[in-house]
Amino acid sequence: MVEHTTAATDAIVTLDVALPGIVWGWMITLNMWAKSIGTGVVLIGVYLLKKYGDRVASVKTMMPVISFIFLNIFLLFTLLDLHQPFRMWHIFFYPHWTSAITVGAWLATIFTGIIFVMAAGKILNKINEEQYNKLMWAAFVFAIPVTLYTATIMGEASARELWQTPTELLQMALAAFIGGSATYLILGVGDRNVKRDLAIVLAVSATLSFIVYMGEYYFGAMKAEEVAATIAFVKDGGAYHTMFWLGQVMGYIVPVALVIFALRTQSNSLLALASVLALAGLWIAKHVWLVIPQLLNLS
Amino acid sequence: MKLGFLVDLALCMGCKGCEVSCKVENEVPLSMWRLRVKYVDVGTFPETKRTFTPLRCNHCENAPCERICPVSALHYLENGIVNVDKERCIGCAGCVMACPYGAIYIDPETNTADKCTYCAHRVAGGMMPACVVACPVEANIFGDLDDPTSNISMYIMEHQGNVKVRKPEKNTHPKHFYTSGGEVNLNPLASKREEGYNLFNNITHLKHVGGH
Repeated sequence: MVEHTTAATDAIVTLDVALPGIVWGWMITLNMWAKSIGTGVVLIGVYLLKKYGDRVASVKTMMPVISFIFLNIFLLFTLLDLHQPFRMWHIFFYPHWTSAITVGAWLATIFTGIIFVMAAGKILNKINEEQYNKLMWAAFVFAIPVTLYTATIMGEASARELWQTPTELLQMALAAFIGGSATYLILGVGDRNVKRDLAIVLAVSATLSFIVYMGEYYFGAMKAEEVAATIAFVKDGGAYHTMFWLGQVMGYIVPVALVIFALRTQSNSLLALASVLALAGLWIAKHVWLVIPQLLNLS
Repeated sequence: MKLGFLVDLALCMGCKGCEVSCKVENEVPLSMWRLRVKYVDVGTFPETKRTFTPLRCNHCENAPCERICPVSALHYLENGIVNVDKERCIGCAGCVMACPYGAIYIDPETNTADKCTYCAHRVAGGMMPACVVACPVEANIFGDLDDPTSNISMYIMEHQGNVKVRKPEKNTHPKHFYTSGGEVNLNPLASKREEGYNLFNNITHLKHVGGH
């Protein structure tokens, strides 16, 4: 009880209401994860098509089809996470343009429309090269803000000090590069040179992601008292300590090691394994980062 | 007109009359609170002191909830109240993530965001908020901050140097003030929450209710 406290400043809450649980949970994690793949395959796919041309012809169909699938997973879980999903249309008919949620919803809808036309056009052979290229560049341009806008939402969520827009923007971009390169590696796209490029993108993005997380882990507490209290959930003894490190090891450290080993031994199966681990680890890392600021009591 | 609220923490005796009247007036569902009174104990036994802090929406002049709401369900009234349009809300919970004060919850019955509105419906009819009426010691003071002759303006003038807001560093410019309060009352990180250290029940996390 209170008599066990030692310092006079060691105040203890003795009566309060139950605290709210995690409001943005696994559906939002899945939303971000699927979006990273949906936009990443476009960003990386355009790079492959420009650099390697017809040597990666399969990407022309693969890119919009995979993107469309994952964008729909992203949109479906965005919708399901709403408590009033049937009112989704309010975003389009009562838009509030100071909200990154509104801006993002519009951008994602236009982007998905472009991807749908590309995918349908390719599958049904109703699109020529010139039309495809125009749509591809439009998709590339839209893929960038669609990848990044979630970071702006998190930045607008000013109650959660851990989510800082500049850092989250970088994490979102890196997640897309990991998602795109890992997907193509799992599908075994291209020859040795293509795979080498994809492996390098994967390894560099994973390394940078790890560095950003470590930066927050070790120096985040210097930013604000709330960040220090949030980071405590992943430090030694914190409720999310194990899960945090599982995400870092599985998503970033092991894939980088496997990529280095795979490039030396030219092993495609190791590259595929690295990619699967990177995608799984990405989900875990993102989930931990989404949940821990919500555990902090705000009042 | 810019409506504001002030709580004199030196007067508050933790009776929770405001809490109950708020729930009744606004039909706040079980397990949810537009307004709550937090007890914090300070000191080492037997030299201990119990503090009471009524917590509600701060009706910020620069409200993050209003800014993040994608459909303007959270909006300003002309008198400065941050109101909620439950018919407009899509339940994205962006406002719950944005409010630095933890003042917004998802109503499990309507599946929409809800919070203290300073009893905007009562104010529109010329009445005081329910919690003001219920307070037996007049610790809750409500009125027009733009009017220098209003009770709240005069109270703030009288207590200059002793008037605080929660988390001023967030730059939300709250229109809810406290007097006679300190870090322990106003900063959630200044007090501990430990299982078993509660008067009636363990403080716990609610499972997220409403929707899924």
